Amino acid sequence: MADLLDKRLVVVTGKGGVGKTTVAAALGLAAARSGKRTIVCEVAQQERMSRVFRREGVGFSETLLDTDLYAISIDPQRSMEEYLREQIKPSALYAVLFDNRLFQYFAAATPGMRELATIGKIWELAQFERRNPRTAPYDLVIVDAPSTGHGLGFLHTPRTFRDAARVGPISRQAGKIDAFITDPHSTAVVAVALPEEMPVNETVDFERELHERMGMEVDAVVVNALYPERFTSHEAARIEEAAASDGTPGVEAALMAALFEHRRARTQREELRRLSELLGREPITLPFLFEPELDLGSFEELAGELEAAL
Amino acid sequence: MSIAKLIDRKEIVICAGAGGVGKTTTAAAIALGMASRGLKVVVLTIDPARRLANSLGIPELANEEHQVDIDGAGELWAMQLDPKRTFDELIEKHASDEATRDAVLSNRIYQELSNAVAGSQEYMAMEKLYELYQEERYDLLVLDTPPTRNALDFLDAPERLSRFVDSRSLQLFLRPGRLGLKVFGRGTGMLFGVLKRVTGVDLLQDLSDFFASFGDMAEGFRERAASTGKLLADSRTTFLLVTSPRGAAIDEAIFFHRKLRERGLPFGGAVVNRMSPLAVLDEPVDEAELEELLGDELGKRVAGNLEDYDAIAIRDRDNVERLAAQLDGAPPILVPYLEDDPHDLAGLLQMNEYLFAAEAVSSRR
Repeated sequence: MADLLDKRLVVVTGKGGVGKTTVAAALGLAAARSGKRTIVCEVAQQERMSRVFRREGVGFSETLLDTDLYAISIDPQRSMEEYLREQIKPSALYAVLFDNRLFQYFAAATPGMRELATIGKIWELAQFERRNPRTAPYDLVIVDAPSTGHGLGFLHTPRTFRDAARVGPISRQAGKIDAFITDPHSTAVVAVALPEEMPVNETVDFERELHERMGMEVDAVVVNALYPERFTSHEAARIEEAAASDGTPGVEAALMAALFEHRRARTQREELRRLSELLGREPITLPFLFEPELDLGSFEELAGELEAAL
Repeated sequence: MSIAKLIDRKEIVICAGAGGVGKTTTAAAIALGMASRGLKVVVLTIDPARRLANSLGIPELANEEHQVDIDGAGELWAMQLDPKRTFDELIEKHASDEATRDAVLSNRIYQELSNAVAGSQEYMAMEKLYELYQEERYDLLVLDTPPTRNALDFLDAPERLSRFVDSRSLQLFLRPGRLGLKVFGRGTGMLFGVLKRVTGVDLLQDLSDFFASFGDMAEGFRERAASTGKLLADSRTTFLLVTSPRGAAIDEAIFFHRKLRERGLPFGGAVVNRMSPLAVLDEPVDEAELEELLGDELGKRVAGNLEDYDAIAIRDRDNVERLAAQLDGAPPILVPYLEDDPHDLAGLLQMNEYLFAAEAVSSRR
């Protein structure tokens, strides 16, 4: 985990709804607090993280959210424009290309081009020598990646282009990106899961597929939203006994909530144990927060938990 | 409200919503519920995570329908789409001759990227839906939409794909022979030169071949996309929004509902899964009573725990009200958090107690 923040790029992935954005934000805060100039990239254009820090999204610009913490929402179209502007000199030629309706058509129609442009921009952000020489480099880039099914395809995109193009600038560039994201010294993959049956299964599947298809390993598994163990089995038995007799609605609800909490905490720990066994190592856990909606305070609390796990 | 009433006389039910809200499970539960009411139902999913196969207790779904053993009068069939194979089959169907078919199927760009075409998964789901509908072998088709980042992607998929294959102009662009120059002017030759420098000659050649062989099929794809679009808007189709009570998921459901209306697509109702297991308290709990019952220390902790759960119950109620206020028609159907995430037929049946309840299951259960 300590190693995690020493990489150049951390890719946070997991199935939909497990809390990837939350984990990416907490990791970003933890890294920034340790003095690393950090940027969190959102790719879904929903900008859920930056909206928690600021009321509005940040768009396709590197925006400061907090000390040493930046965010950007990656726009594939503009990423591609940026790349081509650098590739094509003189710039008059670039204008010829870009103003052409057919080229726009071609770029939009070419399979995987959006993904390649997105991942290319992320790669660029992680370089010490930035495309714009006046831009300061980041110590760490964190990606709130597409969910696992898509996440693997996303990570595979540069390799696909490298192999499809064989030779030439695109192949070279895609090859460079692929080498970077598959190098364990520069890139780490974090898989986020919930302590529930199907997310656990999917996490194990993802780890295997990442290894088989990409030769990559999952550096850390984060189990999110783990309910606290508030009651021992002995206490639960007492509560159950009390629940057997009639009480006021409030008391009945309190007893029911306690029993629910106990059962949920227990099944979650069974799933957590199963995940640990399947992975052959202990995942990092983050607590379930009884907040109606997560806010900046929640991110900070979870960042603290991650720091403690370092 | 019961799902059965919301989808009465519909022939296609499309479940849509954000990722992680129980869409696949809901689709399977609805299909099971309608099958046990005597219909012949097929449920389609594109979910790569095999969740449907899991929840229906069948090992693995190939790219064809598979019958599930159920009690009751009807039949339940399930199918997990393989987008790549569906795409291949589509090429086989649309290709004018064997040479074209082979040219596309053996093109490296197609092989490497047919899975990655923007929206191809979504399009394949639509495509299969249309095909099954045409075959008229089922009373009801239930589609679980793919877990896209943006739940709307699949609505655009037919059009996007037909634009993608409508590449006659791209063909001219990439092979600017005499005709191309005539159509697009002299700049095109230079453009091609620039592009060659960016992509490399080989890639450009492959792309050129790819678009060229696809070009002949454009007409077929376009017609198909138009028919699929019509089917989605038909009164025999209905869209169900599936969501959780979390703020972000509710926002997405509201957004989606607005988009459906803008496009004139038929909206059937909403299902909110994973509702708080507890009703919102009418009045604060009497802590003294709990302490008397359980002892001071445990009583206090039980009271504290209730406070946390009540906060979540309030959030869920408020978010459902916010959703209901935006929807026209029936109030959302609420399914509480089920302790065992439904992953087998028994779990789906448990879910159906709520989906097919005679009355709306209120959060004040």
